[in-house]
Amino acid sequence: MMQTSPKISPQTTWMLAVRDGRDRAAFAALFDHFAPRLKGFIMRSGTGSGQAEEIVQDVMLTVWRKAELFDPARAQVSAWIYQIARNRQIDVIRKENRPLPEELGEAPGTEPDASQILGIEQEAGRLKQALARLTPDQREIIERAYMGDLSHQEISTLTGLPLGTIKSRIRLGLERLRHELKELR
Amino acid sequence: MPAITHHTPDALLAAYAAGSLPQAYALVVAAHISLCLECRAGYEAHLAGGGAVLDAVAAEAVSEGLKSSVLDLLDAPVAVEPTYRRDGVYPGPVMEALKGKPPSWKSLGLGVRQSILSSDREGSARLLYIPPGQAVPDHSHNGLELTLVLQGSFSDDTGRFAVGDLEVASQDLEHAPTADPGAPCICLAATDAPLRFTSLVPRLLQPLFRI
Repeated sequence: MMQTSPKISPQTTWMLAVRDGRDRAAFAALFDHFAPRLKGFIMRSGTGSGQAEEIVQDVMLTVWRKAELFDPARAQVSAWIYQIARNRQIDVIRKENRPLPEELGEAPGTEPDASQILGIEQEAGRLKQALARLTPDQREIIERAYMGDLSHQEISTLTGLPLGTIKSRIRLGLERLRHELKELR
Repeated sequence: MPAITHHTPDALLAAYAAGSLPQAYALVVAAHISLCLECRAGYEAHLAGGGAVLDAVAAEAVSEGLKSSVLDLLDAPVAVEPTYRRDGVYPGPVMEALKGKPPSWKSLGLGVRQSILSSDREGSARLLYIPPGQAVPDHSHNGLELTLVLQGSFSDDTGRFAVGDLEVASQDLEHAPTADPGAPCICLAATDAPLRFTSLVPRLLQPLFRI
C-alpha cells in the first residue's frame, strides 16, 4: 500500500479544467508552466528565439483547441504537449503534415479513473528520476534523440529510458478505452 | 481482427515518436499504430520519454506579450482541417495520404498493381495489390523496407504476415514474399529508395521490378 496519499498534479488538474470547463485561468497557468519549457526545448535544436516563440504560440493554441483529445489515463500533460510540439516543429520544417495515427476518440460520459491517472503520473515521475540519474553523456543522447536530432539509424543503437512499466500502464488505459468505445457502438 | 504477431521494433517507435523518421516510414508506422494497440502503447511510452525531456530542459523566458497574444487568440475562428477516417482496409493515415480518394492503381503486370502515395529523396511509399499465389514484386532498396499488410496475407522464409502485421526487411534479407491463397493481398510498403520511373519511361518499369 502507498504510505502517502498522492494527488493528481496541478498540470493535469489545469488540463482537465481546460478540457472539461474551457477554463481560461487554468490555461494561463498551463501557459506559465509550459511556454518557457517549450521555448527552451525548441531552441535547443538551434531554432532562433523569434521562430521558437511562434511555435510555442501554435503549440499552446493547439493545447486549447484539441483539449478534448487529452486522456490523463494514457498521458501526462508534458507527454501530450511534447507530441504536439514535435508535430508542429516537423510541420514547420517539412512544410507538410507528418503522418499521425488515428485518434481513438474519447469515451464520453465516463468518469476519469483516478487510480489510473495517478498510476500514469507516478510512472512519469519515475521516468524523470531515471533521466536525472543518467550520466551527463547518456542524458545528452536521450535528450537529443527526443528532440529529433538523431537519425533513426542512430536511435537504433540507443540504450534508452526504462519505459516498460509506463508502457504497461498506458496499455491498461488503452484497453479500457477500447472497451468503453466498443460498448458505445 | 486476428492477433497481430509482427510488430514495429521499439527503435522505430522511438524514432517515430521523436519525429526522426523519413515521411514514407512515418506513414507505415502511423498506419501500424492505428491497427495495433501494443505498438500504440509503445509509441505513447516514448511520448512519455519525450515529456520527461521537455520537463527537464532549461526554460527560456518568453517575451512579455506572448501570453496575452495567445490568450487573445483563444476564441479566434480556426479553419477546420479535414480528418481522414479509416475506410475499408485503409487506416486513417493511408486515407490522408490518398487525400480521401480510392487508390489509383497502375498495373505492374501479372495482376500486380501499385498506387504510389509519395516519393521523394528520402524514400517512397506505395500500396501494392498482389493476387493470391503471386510473388510480391522485387525491387531494390538500400536500407530498410517496411511492409504493412492491410488485406489478405503473404508468406516468405521468415514467416507469415497477415492483416496488421509489419515486416521489417533489411537490405541483406533475401526474401521472396508470395501472397497466400484467398483474398488478394494489399500492402502498404515504404523504402528509402526513390522511385525513379515516371510516365515518360513506362517500359523501364517492368525490368526494374524483375517480374
